[in-house]
Parts: sequence; structure tokens; C-alpha cells
Amino acid sequence: MTTTTPAVASIGKVAKKNVWLSRSLILPALTFGIVMTQIPFLVTIYFSLLNWNLLKPGEIGFAWFKNYISVFTTGDLVPSIIATVGITASAVILSLLFGLLFAILLDRNFRGQALARTLVITPFLIMPAAASLIWKYSMFDTSIGIINWVTTSLGLPSIAWSTDLPLATVIIVLTWQFTPFFMLILLAGLQSQSREVIEAASVDGAGALRTFQWMTLPHLRQYIEISVLLGSIMLLQVFDPVAIMTKGTGGTKTLAYLLYERAFIGLDVGQAAAYGVVTVVLTLIVATIALKTLFKVFMAGGNR
Amino acid sequence: MLLNKKLAAFGAMAVVSALALSGCAASTEDANAPVTLTLATVNNGQMKDMETLKGEFEKANPGITVNFQVMEEGDLRSAVTADVANAAGQYDIVTIGAYEVPQWGANGWLADLTPALTEDKAYDVEDILPPVRTALSVDGKQYAVPFYGESSILMYNKEILDKAGITVPNNPTWQQIADIAKKVNTADRSGICMRGKPGWGDLFAPLTTVVQTFGGTWYDMNWDAKVNSPEFTQAVTFYKNLLDTAGEKDPVSYSFNECLTALKNAKTAMWVDASVAASMLEADDSPVKGKMGYAHAPVVKTKESGWLWSWNLAIPANTQHKDAATKFIKWATSKEYHQLVGKTLGWTLVPPGARTSTYSIPEYKEAAAAFAPITLEVMSAVNPAQPGVNPQPWVGIQYVAIPEFQDVGNQVAQLVADALAGRKTIKEALDEGQKIAQVAGDAHKK
Repeated sequence: MTTTTPAVASIGKVAKKNVWLSRSLILPALTFGIVMTQIPFLVTIYFSLLNWNLLKPGEIGFAWFKNYISVFTTGDLVPSIIATVGITASAVILSLLFGLLFAILLDRNFRGQALARTLVITPFLIMPAAASLIWKYSMFDTSIGIINWVTTSLGLPSIAWSTDLPLATVIIVLTWQFTPFFMLILLAGLQSQSREVIEAASVDGAGALRTFQWMTLPHLRQYIEISVLLGSIMLLQVFDPVAIMTKGTGGTKTLAYLLYERAFIGLDVGQAAAYGVVTVVLTLIVATIALKTLFKVFMAGGNR
Repeated sequence: MLLNKKLAAFGAMAVVSALALSGCAASTEDANAPVTLTLATVNNGQMKDMETLKGEFEKANPGITVNFQVMEEGDLRSAVTADVANAAGQYDIVTIGAYEVPQWGANGWLADLTPALTEDKAYDVEDILPPVRTALSVDGKQYAVPFYGESSILMYNKEILDKAGITVPNNPTWQQIADIAKKVNTADRSGICMRGKPGWGDLFAPLTTVVQTFGGTWYDMNWDAKVNSPEFTQAVTFYKNLLDTAGEKDPVSYSFNECLTALKNAKTAMWVDASVAASMLEADDSPVKGKMGYAHAPVVKTKESGWLWSWNLAIPANTQHKDAATKFIKWATSKEYHQLVGKTLGWTLVPPGARTSTYSIPEYKEAAAAFAPITLEVMSAVNPAQPGVNPQPWVGIQYVAIPEFQDVGNQVAQLVADALAGRKTIKEALDEGQKIAQVAGDAHKK
């Protein structure tokens, strides 16, 4: 970098100009992004250091780390993390299995295929709160629910879902809702599989099961990974079935519900903000690991 | 202090920003200038009737317009709390429950209505049901007027009980009710339905009244928690046994609406809950209309065990339009308003449980014959100052009038739900609950 010819300099100028142009074009979106995500987060951190209960306006002041200490000492956090992870993992695994099953069933030509596909997708399009209400009244209810009607018609005792099996209740509703999501991704994967490979396998004398195990499943692997990743991100925020059906009892108090309780029932802004910050940090750790996996999926492609 | 002010402004912005967008005119008061009042209320039927009829008030009081902001109960509670606690001045009139009135009044957040109400002879403040007035007053100052009120009563399906040859006494004991429930309990119909959904306003509304009639309480006079006392334990044990032997099968799913549906569909024989349910059971579309019987809430050691709740209109202390707001809340809780509702919307829709004179309106007596007399009887008999066997340091029946109670009640309700499901013993649940309650009690020790 000792000498610069005029030509190079002018190219540099143009490039610099372009850089500023592109930067200024991106600026509104960037500003919007910062205002909408980063500033609220900073405010949350600030709130989390305050002693601020909405019902006690006279006692507002700095609490420093008192809220964080209470987050870790009240003993609500660990069970809540366990509940969140347990519910998310079970629902993801079940949705994946059912999603794969439905995807395979729908990946063939039959009459009414489009109708069947639409019907299978429907649960994913229903609002989570509405889905929970449907399950609560139409399915699980012990006096007017369908499940109760079936069990009593078979001479079996009725099942107290929310009271005795709260975890299963929440997981069933989530699985019902998220199976279509997994199915859609896996169906896309199945339909992108080349027919020739399958034909070749069958010419070579491989049965349906062996074809599935050695041809289809390896092909689906990256679709499975992506669906599990996206599904987990969505399911980590589970709130509606907990709020509507189990009220956080029996090991169903997820992080989202715990946060809601602290903020809107405890009306303790400081403590709720501290829970929020802790949740964000935990999510960041999980997301960093998960995103690494995602990049692997995109980059490594088929050569694994 | 500066920090407080900043926070107040910011908090109001953050929490009620959505509401702030709708805006409201806040100008200095001038007798002739047009005034717009902003009223925050809950989306119950009676409140919507008030919105329908507000035109009559505006006609009679030219220059005053009333804007209604109707919200879900939970949203209303957080929006109004944030606004009033921070003196943000968004609302001129707020709708709040009996639980909030004494606390907010004592905090100085609400305007004292005593002079405005007592001076106006036509308003007849003495006509308001005495227990309700007690629950809305602190040290003789009344901070809100009841829009409608309720107690809890026993409701039962007469057809089912007649078939079993059982008559329910007008003042039953819990033991009698438990025995009857067991007798009429069948595989597809429970003997009784009681709230089990965890929540301070769900499970613990009826359960607290049971605790009190068993001689228990949440706190003694020194604000020491009594959650694992023998009486409290006995009451919770009774409640669990009642549900186990004759109650609905999935209690955690059941609260007011679920029990109402069960009773309407003859899936349960009895129910102890809010008296306001009676008007729904006797509504024209109810399959059990005319087949119901009503009695006082069952007791053990006390004479009455009904609760007391009211939705009330109050004026935040810092409103700019106090006179106009007072005019409106007086109108909405007046005898004339009750006549207006009856004549224009129907007599069964008259707001119950607020005024004694409502129960002597001939048209109302006829339309609500099945449940009006018992509602008045119970509501006049309950004692919010001392509902249990022993004195308590707050006024209120099915709740403890301290800000922490929502949280304490919720957490203990979740523990009791674990006990109902058999995941914990009652002793374990209440020992844990005792610790939670004591922390809140300590904050109120003098």
C-alpha cells in the first residue's frame, strides 16, 4: 500500500459510495429492528434490577440483584426448566413420529388426496388457545367429552385428565397441533426423493421396509433435523394449554407460564423481568448450540 | 422520588400503551365545558347493559359523554392497577372488585365518596346492602358504590333429589350435604360439583368459605399464617373427601362455567357457588329452568358461610372530572337505573345484590321469584368483617384483602390441586403453603 493509481482510487470511491448507499438503505430496517428488539430488552434488564411491585407504588427503588437471587432461591426455576424441556421433547418426538407416518401415507396418489391433506393440516392452523379449549371441552371433559363417552361405553372408568395426568394432557394437545407441521416438512422431503432410486432399489430386490430404511430415511435426515429444530423453537414457548387446562399443576409449569404468573398474578414487575432475562440467557445458550446444528445441516449437505 | 416519577410515567406507558393510543381528553374542569369521561369496565352482561343505556344519562346531563372501555377481567385488573397505582390519570371511573376497593382506598388511590353519597337524600345510600357497604369502606369512608353483588348459595336439582326421597334443609350443614351427595352420586352423575381449578378466585373462593366455617382462617390478628393449622387442614381434607367420594371426576378442570354446564345438563345434583348462577339456571334457554331448589351455603361452626363479592364503580383520586364522574356513578347505581333496566331490557336483568329496595320491586320479585328472596336473605346475613369463628385483620370473606393474596392464593391453590390429585399429601401441601403465606403476612406485621 505504498502507491495508489488514480484509477484504483476512483474505483475505491465508487465502492465507498455504494457502501454508504447500501448502508443507508438498510438503515431504516436496522433501526426498526433495534428499536423493536434491543431497546425493550435493555429496559427489561433495567426493570429486573428494580424493586417494583405494581401494587406497592410507594416502595419502588433499586434492588440490584435481589430479584435474581429470588429467581434462583425460590426453587421455581429448575422445575420449570425441567417441565419446559420435558414437554417440548415429548411433544417433538411424538409429533415427529406421527408426522412421518402421515407424510408417508399422503405421499402417494389416491382419490381425495388434496382433501385429506387439507384435513390433516387443519390442527396447525387453529389458534393454540382455541385448540386447547376444544380439547378441554369436547375431548377431555368428564361429563360431556368424547373420550369419556368412549371409555364409559366400553365399561371403563372415566379419566380425570387435568387432575391426574396433567403432563399427558398438555403433550397430547401439543402433539395434535404440531404433527401437521412436521408432516408438511417431511412430505416435502419425501416428494423431493427421486423415483428412480426407489425403482432401482426395488429392481435390486429390496423390500419396502429395506428401501425405507436404507434409501428414504437417509434422504429425509436433513428434513427431520430442520423440522425438529424449528418445532422445538416453537414448542419452547408453550403457554396456552397450560393456562387453559392444567394451570401449571403436576409438573406442567413451563417457563412461559411461570413468567406470566410472576408478571400478571404476582404483579411483580422486577421479578418477572428477572425471570425474563434468565429465560433469554438460557434460550441464547440453547439457540447457539441449535443454530450450529442448523448450519451443519445446510453446509454439509449429502456428504455425511 | 424523581426515580418514582419517571418509573410511573414509563410503567404506565409500557403496561397500558395500547390503551393510551385510544386517548382521552384531560382538560381542566369548567362547569359548562363539555366533559368526556373514560370508564374502564369488565365484559360482563350487566356492564354491557350499562353501556347500552348510557345514552339516557347523556340525554339527562348535556355536556357529559361517557366512553366505555370494556375489557376481560384479567386485562382490566392489570390495566386499571397500573393506571391507578401510577396516578397516570387515564380513567375517570374504574370498575373494580370488592377485593381491591379497601386496599386501594387505604392507599389513597380512590376518591372518598362518603360526602357525595350521604348528602344526596334521593340517592338513599342507606339502601345499599349493609354487608356490601362494609366491604367497600375503610374507617367509615366509602370508596366505591356497588354495581351488582353476589353471595354463594347451594343450588340443587329438585327432580334428582325428589326421586331419591331427599329434602334439603334451608340451612344445611356440610355433613348433611356430604351425605346427600354420596347418596345421589352415580357413575354418570356426580353428587356435587365444586370448583377445583387452581386459582385464588377459582378453587379458593369456595374453599376459603369452607375453611372459615370449619373454624380456620388464612391469618390470625397478628398476620401469622394459619394455613397448616388443624382447622384449615380439616377443611381441605373434608373438601378432598367430598370431591373424591361424590364430586366431579376431574376437579382441576372445573370452575364456575364447567359446574354450571354440568348442573344444566343434570350431570351433577348439587352445586355451591355464586348466587348469580341462579339467574342463569332459571334463564329461558336453561334445560333445568323451574326444576331447581336453592338454600343457604352449608355450614359447620358458623351461622352463615356465603361469600360476598361485588363489582363496583370507583373514581381514581386524581381524576380531573370528579363531579361529572360522581354524577355518573350515582346514576348507574340508583333506584331509577334499576327501573330503567327492568323496563327497557327485562326485569331479570336488573343488577342484583346491590340495593335492598330492588328486592321489593313487584316486577322483579315476580321475574326472579326462584332466587331473589334467598339472595337477599344471604347477602344481608353474611359478615365480611368476621366471616369465620375468630376475628381477622382484614375485611372480606373469600379472599384476604392484601395485595399479595392473588399470588399466595394461586400458589397454595396449585399445591392443593396436587393434593387433590394425590401427588402430595394434604399435610405436605399445606406445610408448603404455610411458608408462602407467612412471607406475605410478615410484610403486614406492624
